Amino acid sequence: MKTVFKRTPTLKDCPTHYCPGCGHGIAHRLIAEVIDELDIRDRTIGIAPVGCAVLAYDYLDVDMVEVAHGRPPAVATGMKRTNPDKIIFSYQGDGDLASIGAAEILHAGHRGEQITVIFINNAVYGMTGGQMAPTTMLGQVTATTPKGRTAIEQGYPLQVSELLSTLPGTIYIERCALSSVTRVRNTKKAIKHAFELQLEGAEGLSLVEVLSPCPTYWRMSPAKSMEWIESNMTKVFPLGRLKG
Amino acid sequence: MSERILMCGNEALAESAILAGCDAYFGYPITPQNEIPAYMSRRMPEEGRVFVQSESELAAINMVFGASATGKKAMTSSSSPGISLMQEGISYLAGAELPAVVVNVMRGGPGLGNIAPSQGDYFQATRGGGHGDYRTIVLGPSSVQELVDCMPLAFDLADQYRTPVMILADGILGQMMEPVVLEKKKGRELPAKDWALTGAKGRGQNIVRSLWLKEGALEELNYKLRDKYKRVQEAEVLCEEYGIDDAELVVVAYGIAARIVRGAVSKAREEGIPAGWIRPITLWPFPTEQISRAANEFRIFLVVEMSNGQMVEDVRLAVNGKSPILFYGRPGGGVPNVDEILEKIKQLTLRPKK
Repeated sequence: MKTVFKRTPTLKDCPTHYCPGCGHGIAHRLIAEVIDELDIRDRTIGIAPVGCAVLAYDYLDVDMVEVAHGRPPAVATGMKRTNPDKIIFSYQGDGDLASIGAAEILHAGHRGEQITVIFINNAVYGMTGGQMAPTTMLGQVTATTPKGRTAIEQGYPLQVSELLSTLPGTIYIERCALSSVTRVRNTKKAIKHAFELQLEGAEGLSLVEVLSPCPTYWRMSPAKSMEWIESNMTKVFPLGRLKG
Repeated sequence: MSERILMCGNEALAESAILAGCDAYFGYPITPQNEIPAYMSRRMPEEGRVFVQSESELAAINMVFGASATGKKAMTSSSSPGISLMQEGISYLAGAELPAVVVNVMRGGPGLGNIAPSQGDYFQATRGGGHGDYRTIVLGPSSVQELVDCMPLAFDLADQYRTPVMILADGILGQMMEPVVLEKKKGRELPAKDWALTGAKGRGQNIVRSLWLKEGALEELNYKLRDKYKRVQEAEVLCEEYGIDDAELVVVAYGIAARIVRGAVSKAREEGIPAGWIRPITLWPFPTEQISRAANEFRIFLVVEMSNGQMVEDVRLAVNGKSPILFYGRPGGGVPNVDEILEKIKQLTLRPKK
């Protein structure tokens, strides 16, 4: 029988702790595939965030560190500046990157750190029980917006990628989604490009935002969650290349 | 080779860190330690090493975390309010067992306080400071030369025990100029950093972490840390003492306060008062044994600090009721002078005036 698909070596062969329908597993696989395709496993260091993906090192077979909430871009700075030959990437959720770590990502971008950031936006805090994130949609019901988010009370969803794309220090910013096969393939292309830029020594920060489903805290089926990304999230977070 | 040059404490410690092999410095401006990042911003690139001015102290300590996780010797410096912000990172460094050197050039507090010298951060430094069940090794130098000598020791201790080490200086030490000898010293034999994140070339994956969710796993880590701290307590206590044998009164002080105490005790001796002093150099591990020994014979203990009394609690634990302990302190940027302390010594020893 012809093998049409197989697990890439950098993605470990183990059971997942993620909920059914969660996007992290897809995003992890894409990163692992990119690392293997670029043959950079032995020079890559990954940074896991606080959040559901804190255990990313259980799945990605590269050297990894787990750091304080929001601080991956600062940790990445310390790593890349002292190890310019290594490929440093951070994997961050929306609470991590857009809320508690807003200062760190802004300034890493501002300094033009030569790192790659994978930003998973699922519009909610997953690990702590589905609270409002900065990227939560207007009207979205979460554990801390029981009547739905309103602009007057909680502000509008934060468009971090648009914000970061205004900085001279960022060289490549693209927003992708995991909501269909085509979207997943585009996401992989974007992640690969972001890593390639760092490999080439391009001077600045690259970031790929990934709209990702959280069926558990969206209280939807996995299939419905994918539809919701298309019908709702992409309206507020338009897909495409914002910079570079 | 060993030329004596005049330097302020902040610049001297920075140069000493470079001699000790510091690969990277990350810091954020705050008085009274601004000479350190300014000096490092010039010298580190000259040496082909890393200097980054961070956006905050939170970022600075996490940059240290990142560099250290890859096996590099990294440091930061700040002053009291900035050190408060770094406590999160220090706890993570302790949990992930990463080496790091943190310099606190203490100023008056609480809050924004002032920019005068103080010893108000003793509790924060010696009790861990951040969340969780951990310790940091704390060195309390009392001269610019000792500040210089502390730097290679701090890097060695950090690497040997895989733990953050804090140097607890103060605004006077940082700012004052003294003659110093700066020379590269042979360091300790240190274990290989086979845990470092260097890219998994020809080996399995390395993970640096402080999250242990599996039942019992974190308890295991905490026992491991406890055993490590015990080894530090057994092997690394540093303490200086003077005139204890015939002393009726022993003054205990550290850092710049100990310099002032030394002058006061010398004057007391000149006036025929048998006084002595004990100066802890490592504030954690604390020289409990040395102080306990001195308290085996009845002596009055006077603790002098530039605070409302923090180290005095460690002295009380060491003396353990064997002798009376009194305290004299000047908080909030106040600095005691020799005569104030001498007066206190005289009151406590009740010598008739000559």
